[in-house]
Amino acid sequence: MSHEHEHHHHHHDDDDVQEHRAHGAPLSDVELRVRALESLLVDKGLVDPAALDALIDTYETKVGPRNGARIVARAWVDPAFRRRLLEDGTAAVAEHGFVGRQSEKLVVVENTPAVHNMVVCTLCSCYPWAVLGLPPVWYKSAPYRARVVIDPRGVLSELGVDVPADTEVRVWDSTAEIRYMVLPERPAGTKRMTEEQLAGLVTRDAMIGVARVRA
Amino acid sequence: MNGAHDLGGMHGFGPVEIERDEPVFHREWERRAFAITLAAGFLGKWNIDMSRFAREQMPPAEYLATSYYEHWMFGLEKLLHEHGLVPRQQMERRLNDPAAPAAPVTGERVLAARDVEAALRTSRASKADEDVAPRYKVGDRVATVNINPLGHTRLPRYARGKRGVIALDHGVWVFPDTAGNGLGRKPQHCYSVRFTARELWGEGAAERDTVCIDLWDDHLVPA
Repeated sequence: MSHEHEHHHHHHDDDDVQEHRAHGAPLSDVELRVRALESLLVDKGLVDPAALDALIDTYETKVGPRNGARIVARAWVDPAFRRRLLEDGTAAVAEHGFVGRQSEKLVVVENTPAVHNMVVCTLCSCYPWAVLGLPPVWYKSAPYRARVVIDPRGVLSELGVDVPADTEVRVWDSTAEIRYMVLPERPAGTKRMTEEQLAGLVTRDAMIGVARVRA
Repeated sequence: MNGAHDLGGMHGFGPVEIERDEPVFHREWERRAFAITLAAGFLGKWNIDMSRFAREQMPPAEYLATSYYEHWMFGLEKLLHEHGLVPRQQMERRLNDPAAPAAPVTGERVLAARDVEAALRTSRASKADEDVAPRYKVGDRVATVNINPLGHTRLPRYARGKRGVIALDHGVWVFPDTAGNGLGRKPQHCYSVRFTARELWGEGAAERDTVCIDLWDDHLVPA
C-alpha cells in the first residue's frame, strides 16, 4: 500500500502538500476545485468531516474483492450454497454480511464450458460494490465500456482469455440497479485445496469475467 | 440524452489496459471527491438517476478528455448549484480566496460519522415496494422503442429499435427515465433482456454471442 493509504486519516491538506512537494508540481485545477468544494461543504455544515473519513475507510480497507472471492470459494465447495447463490444472489451473499450500497439486487452468473459471462456498465460505472469494492479504472474507462459489447472476444483475447467458438459469450450491461458478479469456473487440480486456499486463487478480474482462475 | 457517456459500440479508444495491483484511489483528491459525493448524496436532495444525468451533461469533448472522478466533480458541483446548496458564485469566490466566508446552512439532514455504516448497509435507492403487474414474462419476445430523449435514459443507443427476449424479471423498480428527470418514480418491472450479438451488430458478430441489458416496461413493446 502507498504512503497515501497509511496516512489517509491525517488532514488531507497535508497529504496533498506532501504529494506535490514530492512531485514538484503545483495543485491541478481539479485538485483545487475538490479542496474548495470540500471546505465549503464542511464550513456550511453540509458534510461531517469524520463521515468523509469513514466513507473512505470503508471502501479502502473493509469492502473489496476479497468479499467476492470468499463467496466464490464457498460456492465451489458447497453445492447447496452454490444453488442458493445462483437462485438469489442477494440473499446468499447477505448470509456472509455483504449487503448495501450499489448492491440492492445481486445476480450471480456462472461460467461454464457452454457460457462465458462478463459484466460491464456501458453508460457509467455500475459495479457490485458490496462484493467487489469500488471498480478499477479500466472498468470505468472508455475502451472497456465501448468495446466489450461489440467485440467481447477481442477484449478477452487481448487479456489472454480465449473462448472457443462454440461457447456463448454473454455480456451483461448493468443499466439498472441490479448488479452482476461472475462465478468463475473452478480450475482443475484444486481438489485438495481448502476453501481458504481456493479463495486466495480468485481474482477480481475473474469475477468480472475478463480472466480465468488459475491454480 | 445522446451524450459521450453512452459509449457502447464505439471504436477507436484503443486496448483495455489493466493496471497491476491497482490502488483503490490513485490520488488524495480522488478520495475526497468520492467521499464528498457520497456524503452530499445522503442529504437526500437528489436521487441516483439525477446524479448520473448531471455527469452525462458534461460537454462530450470534455467528458472523453477527463477522468472518472472529474466526471463526479462536474456532476456534484452542478447538483449543489441547482439545489441552492453551493451556488457557483460561492464556489468561484472560495477558489479565488480560501478564506472567503460561507455561512452555515441549517435544517439539512447531514450524514454523521456514526451513521455511515448503517447508511451504507441500508442504502436502497431504487427498489420499489409497489405491487405493479409485469407486462412481460420470461421468454416473451420484445422490441425496444426507438427514442432519443434530451433527458436521462437508461436505454443505450446501441440497443434502440432492437428485438430481444425477456431473460429475467427483476421485479418492480423506480424508472430512471422519469426519476432522473425529476418526473417521479413511475415504478414498473425491470427485466434483463437478451439480444443476440447479430441483432445488435449485424451478421459479422459471433453467431452464439449475446448481450443482456436491464430495461424497463416503458422501454419495451411486444414483438
